[in-house]
Amino acid sequence: MSDGLVVENIESFYGDFKALHGVSLALEPGKVLALIGANGAGKSTLLKSICGLVSPKAGRVTWRGRDITGLRGAQTVALGIALVPEGRRLFKSLSVEENLILGGQIGRSGPWGLQRLYDLFPILQEKRHQPATSLSGGQQQMVAIGRALMSNPDLVLFDELSLGLAPIVIKDIYAQLPKITGQGMSAILVEQDVTRALSAANQFLCLVEGRVSLAGAPQDHSRDAISAAYFGT
Amino acid sequence: MMQFTISRATITSRIAGVFALLLLAVLAAAPWWASSSFLHLAGEFAVYLALATLWNLLAGYTGLVSVGQQAYVGLGGYITFSLALFLGVHPLLAIPLAGLVAALVAIPVASLVFRLAGAYFAIGTWVMAEVFRLIAAQATALGGGSGISLPATVTKELGGKWLREASIFWLALALGAGCLALVYLLLRSRIGLALTAIRDSEVASTSLGIRIGRVKHVLYVLVAGLTAMIGALISLQKLRVSPDAAFSVNDWTAFVIFIVVIGGIGTIEGPIIGTIVYFLLREFLADFGTLYLLFLGTLAIVVMLAAPKGLWGYAAERFGWSLFPVGYRIHFKD
Amino acid sequence: MDLINIVLQGVLVGGLYALFAAGLSLIFGVMRLVNIAHGDLIVLAAYIAMEVIRLSGLPPLLALIFVVPVMAAFGYALQRGILNRTLGGDLLPPLLVSFGLSVILQNGLLAVFTADSRKLDAGVLETASLSFGGLSIGLLPALMFATAVAVIAALQFMFYKTALGRAFRATSDDAEIAELMGLDRRRVYAWAMALCLGVVAIAGVFLAIRSNFDPFMGPGRLIFGFEAVIIGGLGNLWGTLAGGVILGVAQGLGAAIDPGWQILAGHVAFLLILAIKPRGLFPRMDG
Repeated sequence: MSDGLVVENIESFYGDFKALHGVSLALEPGKVLALIGANGAGKSTLLKSICGLVSPKAGRVTWRGRDITGLRGAQTVALGIALVPEGRRLFKSLSVEENLILGGQIGRSGPWGLQRLYDLFPILQEKRHQPATSLSGGQQQMVAIGRALMSNPDLVLFDELSLGLAPIVIKDIYAQLPKITGQGMSAILVEQDVTRALSAANQFLCLVEGRVSLAGAPQDHSRDAISAAYFGT
Repeated sequence: MMQFTISRATITSRIAGVFALLLLAVLAAAPWWASSSFLHLAGEFAVYLALATLWNLLAGYTGLVSVGQQAYVGLGGYITFSLALFLGVHPLLAIPLAGLVAALVAIPVASLVFRLAGAYFAIGTWVMAEVFRLIAAQATALGGGSGISLPATVTKELGGKWLREASIFWLALALGAGCLALVYLLLRSRIGLALTAIRDSEVASTSLGIRIGRVKHVLYVLVAGLTAMIGALISLQKLRVSPDAAFSVNDWTAFVIFIVVIGGIGTIEGPIIGTIVYFLLREFLADFGTLYLLFLGTLAIVVMLAAPKGLWGYAAERFGWSLFPVGYRIHFKD
Repeated sequence: MDLINIVLQGVLVGGLYALFAAGLSLIFGVMRLVNIAHGDLIVLAAYIAMEVIRLSGLPPLLALIFVVPVMAAFGYALQRGILNRTLGGDLLPPLLVSFGLSVILQNGLLAVFTADSRKLDAGVLETASLSFGGLSIGLLPALMFATAVAVIAALQFMFYKTALGRAFRATSDDAEIAELMGLDRRRVYAWAMALCLGVVAIAGVFLAIRSNFDPFMGPGRLIFGFEAVIIGGLGNLWGTLAGGVILGVAQGLGAAIDPGWQILAGHVAFLLILAIKPRGLFPRMDG
C-alpha cells in the first residue's frame, strides 16, 4: 500500500469524448512527476480525474491508501490535493488577497499562510487589494499558485504552468518551484516545454490519445525515445 | 466497401402520415356527425394544440422562452372585436387581419424584449402582456375592465347556429393542423437546420454563418401573428372578450407550457401528446378545481426533473419512434 | 406642493419594490437563476406571517422573528431539494420548474386560505405620520423605506466583506474552481436562496401591512421586482433601490393622472429605460 498517489487503469470522459483509456501511474510523497503529451492527449482530464472535477467511469484513484475515485473537488482538497488550473482561472470579483484567503478556507494546517506567500512572491503583498484579474499574466500565475498552496496540500497539480507567460517570468516561477516542492510535497507538472518539465521532475509520464506511451525516470530514457513517445511514433 | 442508404421516412412515419390525413378528413366532416359539445371540445383541443406547437417552436427550437404569449392571444381577440364592431368587417375576415396587425405590433415589441437575455426575456414578455392587458382595460369603447360581448347583429353574420359552430370548428381545425404542418415543413427546410443548429449551439451556428438574431426575430413575429389568429378564433368561440380572460397568463401560457413540457419540448410530437394528456387530465380531474392545478404543476416539475425531454422524448429515445421525421437516418448494410 | 408629495410617496413605496427585488438580484448574481415563483414566495411569507400572528398574537413586525427563519429554512430546502437539480447550462429547466412552483404555490394558498383578501393589522403604525414643514410622511412608508435601505446595506456588506459573500462571489465567477476551494456549490446556492427568502419574508410582511393580499398577487410583485432590477442595472444592489424608487415615482405620477394608469405608468417607465439604456441606469462595470 502506497502512502502517495496511485492511479489504476482509469477511463474518463471529456463531455461525450472518451479522453482516457485506462491510464495508470504511481507517485511517491515528495516526488515531482512531469506529465507530457501533445494537445488533446488527455493531460488535463487526468489531472481533473485526480482532483475530483471529473469523475472516472472506470478504474481507481487511491490517495494515501484511501480510495478517492469519484469524490467531489470540495472533498479532495480537504484530503490535501490542490490544482493550479490551466489559464489560472482566478476569481475576477475577488481581490488578490481574497483569492488567497479563499484558497486557505478549508483550514488544513501546514507551513503555508498569507505571510509566507507574500515572502515568496513579494509583489502580491504590494497588490493585495487589487482585483486579481487586473494583474499581469505572471503575477496572476503567482496568485493561482499561492491560492493552491494556501490549502497546505500534500499534492499539487500544476496544469500548463507556463502557458502564455513571458520567458523571463517562466524562469522566475521555476526558480521558486524547489522552494515549494521542497516541503515534502508531491507535484504533477503539466507543461508544454518538455525539456523544462523533465529537468524539474523525478519521473515522467507521456500520454498519447489517452494512453500511456512511456513512463519512467527522465535519466533512464534518451531524448529520442521520449520524443518518439511524445509523438506516438 | 460499406454500403448504406439514407432515408427520412420510416414505416411508422408513413403509417402516421396516412392516419393523420384520414383523421383530418373524418374530423372535417364532424359537423355532420358529431354533437355540438363535441365540436366545442374538439375546437378547444385544436386551439391548445396550435398554441402549444407555436410555443414549442419558439422555446424548443430557438430558446426563446416566452411567458407572455397571452399578449397576442388577447390582442387577436381585441383586434377582431374592434374590426367587427367599429369597421363592420366580417368576423371571419377579421381573423387573418388580426394576425397581420399583431405581427406588425410584434416587430417593435420584439426589438424591446430582445434586449433582455435568457430568463429575463421571459419576464420581459410577461411585462409586455401586462401592458397590453392594462391598455385593453382602459378601452372604454370595448367595455373597459369588464369586457364586451359580440352584439347579436355581428353574431348573425356568422350564420345560423349550425353554420356558426361548424365554421368556427373548421377554422380551429385548420389552424391546429396548419400550425402543425407549418412547423413540420419549417423544420425540414434549410431554416429548420439553422434552427436546430441554434438550439444545439449558438457558437457553432454563428460560425456556420447563420444570422441568429435575424432568424429569431422573424420567428418571433411569425409566431405572434399566428398566435393572434388563434386568439381571434378564441374570441369568436367565446363571443366575448375581457382583459382578464383574453390576456390570462394561466389559460394561454401556463397550460400551454405544461402541455409542451409534459409532452416533450423540442419535438413536433411532444405538443400533440401533451395536449392529449392535458385534455384527459382535465376531463377526469377538473372537478377537483384547485387540486387539479396543483397536480398539473407538480407533474410538470416531476417531468422536467425526471424526463426533461417529456413523455414523447422519453419514448422516442427508448423505442426510436418518430412520427414526423425531420432528420435523416443512415442504414448500413454489411 | 402636491407634486412633491406624490414624488415623495412614490420614493417611499419604491423601498417596498426594492425589497421585492433585492432577493431576485442576489440569486441572479450568485447562480444566474431567475425564479418565476419569487412573487408567490413573497405572498407565501405574508400568509405565514398571518398564521404566526393568529397563533401568537404578536404584532406584525415582531412576527418577523419567526417568519424570517421559517422562510430562510424553506429556501434552503427548496434549493437543495429541487432547484439545484435544474442548474446547468440550459436555461429552460430552472425557468419551467420555478414556473410550475409558482402555479403550485398560488393554488396551494388558494386551497388553504381561499381567495378572500387578507390584511395584517399593524395598529397605530399604519396611521401615524411624521411632519416636515408642510410635508407629512406616513410612519409606515418611512419605516418601509428605511428597512429597504438597511437590508440593501446589509446585503452589500455581506456580499463584499464577509466569508459568505466571498463564497458567493467566487462560486458566481467560477463554480468549478470554487469547488476546489472546498466550496460545495449545492450548499453555497442553498445559502443564497435561504438569504433571498429571508429578505422575501421581510418584503412579504410589509406588503401585507400596507395593502390587501390574496393568493394571486405574486406574479405582479415578481414583475415589480424584476422591473426594479432591470432599471437599476443587473448586479447592482444600490441600483436596484434606485430602480424601485423610479418605479414607485412613475406609478405615483401615473395614478395622479388617472387611477387606472398607476401600474401602466410603471411598466411604461420600465420599457422606456429598456429602450434607452438596455443595461439599466447603473450597470456594473464587469457585467
